Amino acid sequence: MTTFLEIRDLTMRFGGLMAVDHLSFTVEHGQIHGLIGPNGAGKTTTFNMISGFYKPTSGQVLLRGEDISGLKTHEVARRGVVRTFQHSTLFAELTVLENALVGTHMPFRPNIFAAIVGWDKEDRIGAEARAREALEFFGLDHLAGERAGDLSHGHQRALGMAVAYASHPDVVLLDEPFTGMNPEETRRMMGLMRNLRDSGITILLVEHDMQAIMGLCDTITCMSFGKFLAEGGPKEIRNHPAVIEAYLGGARHVA
Amino acid sequence: MLRAGIWILALAAFLALPHGLSFSQQEILVFLVINILLVASYRLLTLTGEWSLGHVVIMGVGAYASALYTKELGIAVPLSMLLGGLTAALVAVVLSFPLFRMKGFYFLIGSFAAGEIIRLLWKRFREPFGGAKGIKGIDPMPDFSVGFYRFDFFEPVSYYYFAGIVVGVCLWVLWRIEKSPVGLTFHAVHWQDKLAEASGVNLRAYRTLAFAIASGFAGISGALLAHYVGTINPNSFDVEVMVFVLTWAIVGGTATFYGPILGCIALTVLNEIVLRELGFEQMRPLIYGAILIASILFLPDGLESLVQKLLRRKAAPAKERVAE
Repeated sequence: MTTFLEIRDLTMRFGGLMAVDHLSFTVEHGQIHGLIGPNGAGKTTTFNMISGFYKPTSGQVLLRGEDISGLKTHEVARRGVVRTFQHSTLFAELTVLENALVGTHMPFRPNIFAAIVGWDKEDRIGAEARAREALEFFGLDHLAGERAGDLSHGHQRALGMAVAYASHPDVVLLDEPFTGMNPEETRRMMGLMRNLRDSGITILLVEHDMQAIMGLCDTITCMSFGKFLAEGGPKEIRNHPAVIEAYLGGARHVA
Repeated sequence: MLRAGIWILALAAFLALPHGLSFSQQEILVFLVINILLVASYRLLTLTGEWSLGHVVIMGVGAYASALYTKELGIAVPLSMLLGGLTAALVAVVLSFPLFRMKGFYFLIGSFAAGEIIRLLWKRFREPFGGAKGIKGIDPMPDFSVGFYRFDFFEPVSYYYFAGIVVGVCLWVLWRIEKSPVGLTFHAVHWQDKLAEASGVNLRAYRTLAFAIASGFAGISGALLAHYVGTINPNSFDVEVMVFVLTWAIVGGTATFYGPILGCIALTVLNEIVLRELGFEQMRPLIYGAILIASILFLPDGLESLVQKLLRRKAAPAKERVAE
């Protein structure tokens, strides 16, 4: 059986800087997989390469054996890999429901001629049902008519995930989903992510909040200075000497 | 019920409007109807966040194409108008390849340059574009009769009705597009292109689609113009006209469908009727400029914001009544 999502020798070079250096790891289907590392380790760059924002200098991203590296973002998304963004990247001017409706773009592809004549009723109903389902999943259904920009921070993050969820993804890439959340919001968000995983969606997340990562992830990959450092369950990672050294700054890394 | 009443009232106003106006005012009315389509199509392009300075030239593409199709190929006028619109859309698709490598301000300048190139081509090639003098003697719309009304296209009133119907249908199509999932995707592309892309939206395709549709309808408005005035030249579509379109859109506001149309009507009435009557003929561009500045300063959301305020004030008591 081919692996579900495999990162193989992924490299990204910005001029003279090796942001990601021959990184390899695999993500198992149906898991929550964390990607951690100190600031500047290249986590977000890795994310951007997997989701098609950057074209890797070399290396491959294999989804069920198919090389998806170097594809455009929307092409990657159409293969089932959907990402969310750091901060609250939303359609702030649109309503919450409309945000989720944009998320249904892939399962219910708009057709302009059908839309003019009015033959897309079923699609519109289907899209709205899916959008509402996504909102309900993240507990946002009561806010459907609100302007997305007016939501609280926690709700905005949840909406960002709802937009991704509405598109029926196989893998969701979450970029620092817990940033700026209070413990209560973090706890709720962790619950939502477990629900997401239990509904069959694989999650790959980048995060700094160690408590959340340790409590949530099935597998954790740690990277440092663009390189693979360690991989394992939360317990192994917590006690891994290389990881501790990377975070606390061992003598070798102090430049 | 109320809505149907409003539509009937609007229809009656549309039919009754030209009667009681002078001949020249009736002519202005025809131009107004054509310009409404021009500015409404422009709004569709602005939905994706791009502002073009080539829209009027694209309108000219439709005008030239439709004029040439009738003159050189002998195609019937109504069909050639449609083909003129299609041609404008096709030209837009071709232009999108260089233009959509740019965004925002750069797109604005790029579209201006592209428009000027097209205008230079018209000037340079006497065959078939007629050079600087343009095309003269464009076939008028043939007269026809629909039982209760005889369209005689020497009369501006007839052409007003004809153009009004064409523009009405076009506006309906534009409205349907905007209110459809496609329109929502245009908004998405405008507000957060990265997130739209991550949701599987092909940005290039949707930008091009909006540009092509807007250009197609601009082309139809150009064709309507060409077959009415009977003569077009490169200067009919220069940047001065583009400034008018921008002014209508900005003064009216582009957040709603009716905003630019409102701006177009208000400024045309002001420009053609009030100022002309008052004898400010020479100073009109100056006053136009002043209005633009004043509206940006004092009414940054356009005339539409006034209407929205009015509607909200009406809607609020209605809601309270429901609550009781």
